[in-house]
Amino acid sequence: MNNSFIQINGISKHFGNVKAVDDVSFQIKEGEFFSLLGPSGCGKTTLLRLLAGFEYPTSGNLLLDGSDITALPPDKRPTNMVFQNYAIFPHINVEKNVQFGLRKLGLTNDEIIKRVKDVLSLVKLEGYEERYSSQLSGGQRQRVALARALVRQPKVLLLDEPLGALDKKLRDEMQLELRTLQKEIGITFVFVTHDQQEAISMSDRVAVMSEGKIQQMSSPNELYKNPQNIFVSDFIGETNFLKANTGSKDGEYINVNIEDLGSFKIKNNLNISENASEVICSVRPETMMIDTEKSDWDICLEGKIKQTSYLGEMTKFYVETKEIEKIITVSSQYFDNQSFQDSKCFISINLADISLLNKK
Amino acid sequence: MEQKNNTLLIYTLLYFAFLYIPVLFLPIFSFNDANYMSFPLSGFTTEHYEEMWAKTNLHKALWASIKVGIVASVVSTTIALFAAKAFARYKFRGQNISYGAIMIPFLIPEIILAVAILVIWLSLGFKLGLVPVTLGHILFCTPFAMLILIARIEGFDFSLEEASRDLGENAWGTFYRVSLPLYLPGIIASLLLSFIISFDEFVLAFFLTGSDATLPMYMWAQMRFIQKLPHVLALGAVIIVFTTFIVLLAFWLRNLGQGKEKAEFGIKIHE
Repeated sequence: MNNSFIQINGISKHFGNVKAVDDVSFQIKEGEFFSLLGPSGCGKTTLLRLLAGFEYPTSGNLLLDGSDITALPPDKRPTNMVFQNYAIFPHINVEKNVQFGLRKLGLTNDEIIKRVKDVLSLVKLEGYEERYSSQLSGGQRQRVALARALVRQPKVLLLDEPLGALDKKLRDEMQLELRTLQKEIGITFVFVTHDQQEAISMSDRVAVMSEGKIQQMSSPNELYKNPQNIFVSDFIGETNFLKANTGSKDGEYINVNIEDLGSFKIKNNLNISENASEVICSVRPETMMIDTEKSDWDICLEGKIKQTSYLGEMTKFYVETKEIEKIITVSSQYFDNQSFQDSKCFISINLADISLLNKK
Repeated sequence: MEQKNNTLLIYTLLYFAFLYIPVLFLPIFSFNDANYMSFPLSGFTTEHYEEMWAKTNLHKALWASIKVGIVASVVSTTIALFAAKAFARYKFRGQNISYGAIMIPFLIPEIILAVAILVIWLSLGFKLGLVPVTLGHILFCTPFAMLILIARIEGFDFSLEEASRDLGENAWGTFYRVSLPLYLPGIIASLLLSFIISFDEFVLAFFLTGSDATLPMYMWAQMRFIQKLPHVLALGAVIIVFTTFIVLLAFWLRNLGQGKEKAEFGIKIHE
């Protein structure tokens, strides 16, 4: 396994004064399902287009499997792309669409026929050879786009928000299918999305981007449990931010004053400095407990339920407390909107579930 | 509401009457058995049409017009295609000015264009004939071709071209295999309309043909002799039918596939 299959070295891309991608460096492993995740305008699509060859970097270089592809046009790169709108050629049928990219590969007729047949069966589109794009559903178009790219057996498959146009049910199905497909064929996938749930559920590793820079790059679990900064913590999942300041260090731990709750010893994963006046504690809604009675957890606060939203598999409670300035969001699978007679409740937090972050 | 609809209907009918009644006199009199255009009609005859076909000068003029029309429409459509693509696809410095520059021949009085070309052509020491007429027609047809092609190319999904590049085609392969087939209805519409504009054009031809008459020039020359009027009427009727057919065909092609699945459909070409 080649750990630096794709090398992105100091890549910047400026459009006029806008730094779409700002001095980004990282590596993607061979056979990895790698996602670029971020809000719109964060530079993730530009980065993907730089990999595809539709844009050329303002500075920096790109290596793929050891060779420099920075200056190669898209047709000379061993990458293929699945476009956001699929870009199925409307004037030719499914079979011709899939064959489109094979013409220049110097294959015999028999090889072409076999490859097309194999890839159509891989994406479960047998029997659709004669159809035109206008006669296909969104999901089917997506499969054609996938087949058309995979039939060339690229070293890297680039996917630009390919599930964005599908309805929720189909999207969930395709997520699973894409993941299975990728494991089966072993091609490196670089997947662009703004949907954090999608990135987390499918990827081996995720790079979270904002304002042209990588904010954090790690496994989905790591991203969720140990966000490196406020942006990542906020963007991935849902969380509560509590204002805090630090006191003295104590080995791996540091003393932290959290709002009006008092002082606590919290694990200092990010090595935040002593006596910092502006730090943030992040607590996920599902790590907290809401109950009708007091608990013996590290922190237990009395509160008033201001609002609830029932989601079926869980219920979200929006709770006001004396000690914390903002409304706290707590989710529970045990209690629902009918569990509390009056609005009085207790919310509990374990110190181990608090992550300490630098402000900014 | 009922009242209002009737008013609109009457207006529409009057409008069409205004547009087409004068034109309809040509075919009517072309079948009239008389040398003069006057009522009452004096009997049905196809004699004028027979007489028309017997004229060898007419054949020569027709052939000249077809040659000029084909060259002018192909060249102006080609120029307009590249320009329209650039305007629709890219944003560049001087875009509005260059767009205006291409459209200006459309707005300048034709006679000025004709005189300008005449002066330059003669001062360069060239002879008048079909070549300067063709050049003039290219200049005159290009804005029309541009308008038609921009309408077709705007809203075109350019990720189709990127997909083609991504799948290993270079710029020319992409143009040939993706862009051209998808633009084709627009291109054919542009060719047909440019051809018709050139075919019917009189002022430029009047100044620049010299002795090689195009069809409108031939008609004009014939009109000076009263006894030749009937067969000019017959010719006029034929041209009206031909032009109408071509224009309808061009508009049908231009709109092909632009309804429900806008820009998602071209002419199906089987490789």
